Amino acid sequence: MRKKVKNSTEDRIFYAAVNIIIAAVLVVVLWPLIFIVSSSFSSKEAVLAGRVLLLPVDFSLEGYRAVFKTGEVLTGYRNTILYTLFGTTLNVLLTLIAAYPLSRRDMPYRRGFMFVFTFTMIFSGGMIPTYIIVSELHLLNSPLAMILPTALSVYNLIITRTFIENSIPGELLEAAVIDGCDDFGYFFKILLPLSAPVIAVITLYYAVAHWNSYFNAFLYITDSRLYPLQLVLRNILIANQMDSAMTTDFDSMTSKQGLADLLKYSLIVVSSLPVLLMYPFVQKHFVNGVMIGAVKG
Amino acid sequence: MRAKTGIKSGRSRSFAEIRKHWQLFVFLILPLAYIIIFAYGPMAGLQIAFKDFDASKGIFGSPWIGLDHFQKFIKSYQFGRIIRNTFVISLYSLAARFPVPIILAICINVMRCRFYKKAAQMIVYIPHFISVVVLVGMINQFFNPFVGLYGNIYKMIYSSNAPDIMTNPSSFLHMYVWSGIWQNMGWDSIIYLAALSSVSPDLHEAAQVDGASRLRRVFSIDFPAIVPTIVILLILNIGQVMNLGFEKIYLMQNNINLRLSEVISTYVYKTGISSSGGNYSYATAIGLFNSVVNFVLVVTVNKIASKCNNTSLW
Repeated sequence: MRKKVKNSTEDRIFYAAVNIIIAAVLVVVLWPLIFIVSSSFSSKEAVLAGRVLLLPVDFSLEGYRAVFKTGEVLTGYRNTILYTLFGTTLNVLLTLIAAYPLSRRDMPYRRGFMFVFTFTMIFSGGMIPTYIIVSELHLLNSPLAMILPTALSVYNLIITRTFIENSIPGELLEAAVIDGCDDFGYFFKILLPLSAPVIAVITLYYAVAHWNSYFNAFLYITDSRLYPLQLVLRNILIANQMDSAMTTDFDSMTSKQGLADLLKYSLIVVSSLPVLLMYPFVQKHFVNGVMIGAVKG
Repeated sequence: MRAKTGIKSGRSRSFAEIRKHWQLFVFLILPLAYIIIFAYGPMAGLQIAFKDFDASKGIFGSPWIGLDHFQKFIKSYQFGRIIRNTFVISLYSLAARFPVPIILAICINVMRCRFYKKAAQMIVYIPHFISVVVLVGMINQFFNPFVGLYGNIYKMIYSSNAPDIMTNPSSFLHMYVWSGIWQNMGWDSIIYLAALSSVSPDLHEAAQVDGASRLRRVFSIDFPAIVPTIVILLILNIGQVMNLGFEKIYLMQNNINLRLSEVISTYVYKTGISSSGGNYSYATAIGLFNSVVNFVLVVTVNKIASKCNNTSLW
């Protein structure tokens, strides 16, 4: 079709302008990211002298060696993996068993139940009362505090419900009922296998949320052995609480400062790596989630 | 859109019908338990805003004292400041942040080279997945005048050390807002791209035959197609104006910028939990004040929108 209509000069200028704008956006997005990665692979002298602009200067792995020598980083890593694993499993299970009945048009009091969930999106008890509840349930300083208070996201529930309503034909249910399938059987035998796309979406959403969250740990966990990675990161990156043992190998003050900065760059890379590595392969699912959510508006 | 089901409406739902679907209720038990304990539990806990909370007596046993905490908050010297900060940060944030994804989506939609387009989309989404801790850590390193990229570039151009903008309190506001734009412009553009992709190609062809340039078609076809989405998202965002998240602001706070960066949520945390012998009741009152204002905002904005536009969130 396009061949018929010739591009005018005006169009060509416009397309070029758009390409240039996007190129500029990409530079703005990518440069800081590349800078962090490059710095982490540079020597501490180069970082300290501010010689890194885009590519690594004096390639070295000193920063990574320091990161992996740091016990708290490793513990944090292990804790975060566990919280993400167990937390996400619970999240997905709860979301699915909530979304199924709420998606059934013949569910008695469906709208009432739905309101019970959606109301919590526009009004909440807030930080302090939630803290009191968590502490009265004796969850403070327990790994469960990392999992239970965020066991279900109503937003993901809505995505899942919308998906089931729109993508799974109602005739399936009728056919299943005729074949003598009850509500449990329909859920396990028919609905779950057909919901794979939305399960992928919410699993990823929940997993990334667990991996990246520091707030719950910050409020509820004071025992440093239970710290997730993000809280360890916060203490090192932002509060500058660096264990002196990490940098004792180096005598001079400047050398220490250089290693401290190098360590921060390496730490940023190490902590973000799992999410960013899997990102290209699952990008499609993340975008799908937004699309499903958008149907509801 | 809701299809009529075969069920008799009204109060005639019989017990038999619930019994027929008892299995569906079984599915709901755990999710309901969760939402009741962790969402409605804290709502019941809000009553301590009107009480003098004593941990040994519990939420229900503590004595009522009325509106004392609210009066104390409104009269406190912090009140004007944190309300103003909250408004300034979120309004600036909304005004600067809102148009960017729209422009980005329109640009991406215009692109013709499929590979470049896909690559661009893939890349602009990346920052969304960076955690807030890492983002703030990145800001600190990035704008470090001695070892950060900002300092390095400055040194290259002016061959002198860069001024330390981190110690300038007003830079907090701009860094907060623009780092947010950097992080989320790509992700926020997805929803507009979805709306744009549903535009019928026939419209474009017809316009092309009539001699409309691509730029002309952006204004006459693409933009009108996303106006409903823009309106809905604007409503959503205006409703959230008082709901400024805790996480990023708290991490970006320091003694230098506190005057401009103290907002309701961080103040609630500091009075309630972090200060020794935290004042739960007082902090809850501040939080409740915020929640109520928020709630009223969301509901009003949505009412107005559904009146004049027929686009409602529920």
